[in-house]
Amino acid sequence: MGLPFIVPCHHYGVQTTVPEKRSIENNLTRVDKVFQAFVTLGAFFSMVVLAAIGGFLLYRGFEIFRDFGFSFITGSKWDIGNPEDTSTAILGIGAMLVGSIITAIIAVVLSVPFAVATALLIEFYVPGWIKTILVSILDLVAALPSVVFGIWGYAVLLPLVEDWSVTIEHYLGWIPIFNVPSEIFGRSPFLAGLLLSLMIVPIITSVAREVYSQAPRDLIDAASALGGTRWGALRAVVLPFGRSGLVGGTMLGLGRALGETVAVYLTLNLVFEINFKILASAGGNVASLIATKFGEATEYELKALMAAGLVLFLVTLLVNFGATMIVNRSRKIV
Amino acid sequence: MSISLNGSVGRGDFERSFDFTIADGEVLAITGPNGSGKSTVIHTIAGLIPLRSGHVESDGAMWDAPDSKQWVAPENRTCAVVFQDLRLFPHMNVISNVAYGLRARGVNKDETIERSQKMLTRVGLTSFDKRQPNDLSGGERQRVALARALVLEPRVLLLDEPLSAVDSASRAALRELLPEVLGSFAGAAILVTHDLGDVEAMATTNLSLN
Repeated sequence: MGLPFIVPCHHYGVQTTVPEKRSIENNLTRVDKVFQAFVTLGAFFSMVVLAAIGGFLLYRGFEIFRDFGFSFITGSKWDIGNPEDTSTAILGIGAMLVGSIITAIIAVVLSVPFAVATALLIEFYVPGWIKTILVSILDLVAALPSVVFGIWGYAVLLPLVEDWSVTIEHYLGWIPIFNVPSEIFGRSPFLAGLLLSLMIVPIITSVAREVYSQAPRDLIDAASALGGTRWGALRAVVLPFGRSGLVGGTMLGLGRALGETVAVYLTLNLVFEINFKILASAGGNVASLIATKFGEATEYELKALMAAGLVLFLVTLLVNFGATMIVNRSRKIV
Repeated sequence: MSISLNGSVGRGDFERSFDFTIADGEVLAITGPNGSGKSTVIHTIAGLIPLRSGHVESDGAMWDAPDSKQWVAPENRTCAVVFQDLRLFPHMNVISNVAYGLRARGVNKDETIERSQKMLTRVGLTSFDKRQPNDLSGGERQRVALARALVLEPRVLLLDEPLSAVDSASRAALRELLPEVLGSFAGAAILVTHDLGDVEAMATTNLSLN
């Protein structure tokens, strides 16, 4: 049999009509069907749990939103009034919400540089055996209960931070957020934020390390061959490559910082006023408010705490949605 | 002024001995089948793979000599590489890719931009500054990689199969450009290729690894 006759390509016409859409059915085997049902159930279960939590909080806290409207979120006073007469209550979580955001921002600002540096050190600078030790230590720190952090923060960090705060206020007091007219330092948003940053460093480091380890070695080599120092090569290749992962890890840490309860409860002086002066001994966050008031709350106050929980739940959801959007956008850019 | 390699290069289980010296103005072509160590030579001279034994020497300076524990880091070697897979930085535009090496070597910003633009013009990519590598054709990407290496004015130019990743039209255009570039290049050059046509067009010496 000879070779097939080769027809020059211009003998073929170019198809210009779009073929009709057709549906293709994959006949799944019994095992595949069971597996598909199982994973679908798993995925829906998470959503059902999420909806159940949100629904429960809305159901229990609805009365508060009806009574106070938007002022429950913007108001800064928490006075239950006459427990027999709910109309005398003034409840607002504005100060706590601002406190949550401020402590979380401080935590992220302080932790990200350390997390990036640690991730780069582990992935690119230290030999394998040191890497193993460092990773184990980070995992251990990540697994520490927050109450341990809280106690340590109260007993060890608090006196140190008081001294640091005095120094910072002395030199940078002209910047409004570092100015403390009352000169009462101590259990401040700065202390809580610093403690939270220590808690979220392992989370961000872990994600950053994972992403950096997947940076293309070929491009790092190329950068070195063009004259880039090791830091130059990492800056040119690894950091842009890992940007989306770092944002994702940071948002995970931010989520934890926003919702942290015990550590903040122990290190931040609960005061119902919006406080942007991060060195002053006044503040709070939504989670610690709930923890503080929950045990002795009246029925009406309990509803208010449920409503506060719902707000925190929605803020966390928003942060996660934001993180997903940023990660997706960064991915497209890189 | 010259570059010489006398020793054995290797990666994993592979090892092969080489002994050559190339003077300025010479272009050494290294030909041979896949797996014969052509690219390994390039990477070894660039400092991306350490030499197994012997030495790599340039202009009297020892770049790599395992026996005497001498080693010059890749970023400090006066060579530039055009990689087989180009390795352009996908998140940087064309001008940033070309400028990267100059900035890394401490050249000031204005001079970097001026030299990078001149080099892009020389390789036929005027007004491609702001384009992203992913928006370029294979031939255009190859030119960017060439410009990125040449702009450093290296003493040694290392070309790893520069025509392998382009279509036939781009290949023809690059076959005109490369001999012209190499003809005016003052330093020593090593060209790894499969194609004997490339050897005839560009090389002054051929090292066959058959």
